[in-house]
Amino acid sequence: MTEAPTYTASEIITVLSARLLKDGQIVFAGIGTPLLAATLAQRLHCPGLTILFEGGVVGAFVEPGKLPPSTNDQRCTKRANMVLGSADVLLLLQRGYVDVGFMGGAQIDRYGNLNSSYIGDPAKPKTRLPGTGGGNDISSLTNMIVAMKHEKRRFVEKVDFITSPGFIRGGNSRAESGLPEGGMFRVITELAVFSFDDKSREMKVLALNPGVTREELQDNTGFDVAFDDDVSVTEPPSIQELTTLRMLDPDRLFIA
Amino acid sequence: MEPGKVQPYKELRSRLARRDRSLREKVVTLEQAASFVSDGMSVGIGGSTMSRTPMAMIWQLIRARKKDLSCSRCIISTDGDLLFGSGAANHIETSWFAQGILWGLSKVMRHHVESGACRYDEWSHMAMGMRYRAGGMGVPFLPIRSMLGSNVATQRPEAKEFDCPFTGEKLLLVPALNPDVALIHVQRCDAYGNAQMDGLQFMDIDLAMAANRVILTTERIVSNDQIRRAPDHTKIPFFCVDAVVEVPYGSAPHECFGVYEPMMQHMEKYVAQVNGDPVGGMKKYLDDYVYGPKSWNEFLSMIGVDEIVTASRRGRSIFDD
Repeated sequence: MTEAPTYTASEIITVLSARLLKDGQIVFAGIGTPLLAATLAQRLHCPGLTILFEGGVVGAFVEPGKLPPSTNDQRCTKRANMVLGSADVLLLLQRGYVDVGFMGGAQIDRYGNLNSSYIGDPAKPKTRLPGTGGGNDISSLTNMIVAMKHEKRRFVEKVDFITSPGFIRGGNSRAESGLPEGGMFRVITELAVFSFDDKSREMKVLALNPGVTREELQDNTGFDVAFDDDVSVTEPPSIQELTTLRMLDPDRLFIA
Repeated sequence: MEPGKVQPYKELRSRLARRDRSLREKVVTLEQAASFVSDGMSVGIGGSTMSRTPMAMIWQLIRARKKDLSCSRCIISTDGDLLFGSGAANHIETSWFAQGILWGLSKVMRHHVESGACRYDEWSHMAMGMRYRAGGMGVPFLPIRSMLGSNVATQRPEAKEFDCPFTGEKLLLVPALNPDVALIHVQRCDAYGNAQMDGLQFMDIDLAMAANRVILTTERIVSNDQIRRAPDHTKIPFFCVDAVVEVPYGSAPHECFGVYEPMMQHMEKYVAQVNGDPVGGMKKYLDDYVYGPKSWNEFLSMIGVDEIVTASRRGRSIFDD
């Protein structure tokens, strides 16, 4: 029997996220892990995955070892089907053409709201973060996969500022806010895979990653973690998944 | 003008009527083009993040000691740092502000915004696009379905929630953005300002239509015959354009599609220096690279032939296979 492969936190996040994508889908991907995971899925089980980038790219096919430094760089356009204006590619979300939105996150709360704008009181912030970019548009208008590192300070009871809406305050509050479509679908971290309760809209654990205990997960989370009735253990990244991933990002730009 | 305040249609039309829209040559120098921009104006910046940034024009505005500009861009990066750090701008409207995803947070932006010295007004990326588009369409607003329910919206009272008169649905109306002047860098244009862009166009067409004045910088000035051979590549018509400046490598150290990729060694060095010390490091960068050089070409020579050749080889490689 061969030894189980070892992997970094970023690698398992990327692999698990890639597995959620289905062939034929149209996915709107942010920079970093989302771009890499969507590209990985395209190389493995989704050759017909259409990747959109906010820079205006439709049908991206990013080259191994030539990952773009943002989703607005020329490298994003190589072998794409089409380039549009940025506003027009974002409008595809509003019209409803996009199956999945896929983003990273700086801070998330139990209802899947994301904050990438302020740490501390927005009126007198401790830290002014970069802001939404297309994040708010993506999370407002389609079903979301969020891939992020699991830290207590990142998984909080209530975000300091809702940059990109999840289920707002739970229940029907998202639709009542004027967002009838989309919402959080999955959150992927190096510790677990989360979904959201159909009614309360609270985050709950769907699966624990290999070797992770419920206690460890709770210790790294800033709110009381809810568990699905049927929590499973995720399949660890395979050698094929890891090899392909490392071929795509040989300089470890996004899988450090 | 107060940010988010919509220009009355009458004023918008009369400002346009006063522009000389005739077919005329409008080639000027960077220095002359800078005189089109006055202190306190609103300035729309073309390109996005590290792509097709009108860097030479911004560099010239800083050298000309412009003050209190109110700038907007779909996504802003080190150009925003330079505008805040030099005092040329004290207000930026955008959707995302850092140097680039590779470097985390901009300490320069943080220093100026957290201290209250400068304002960063955050809009969603699509909202920025719809604001320029409304401006270009000559209407005071456009409705969007994002930003609702978020604090991005609650922080922007200039965007208005509105019940649709047809369906009763909740929408957000975002105000038109008609900058006093737009700065746009393109791969090529003719002396009249017929501009052709390769690759990603970002929001530049809407921005050009919306602005009350447009300064075009270009990698090359080509003949009008050349433009007429491929009119489908022309994205901005000459009558939107008030000045044309030929500036090879005018987006350096950022990228220009098909011509050069970002000059990453210079970027890395810049980021380390200004994030290490957002005041002293920025002052030194401005002294060395903005105020110091005698010309844009001298600035390019400081980036270095080696890096420029590498960036150019990568930039042109988009056409290799």
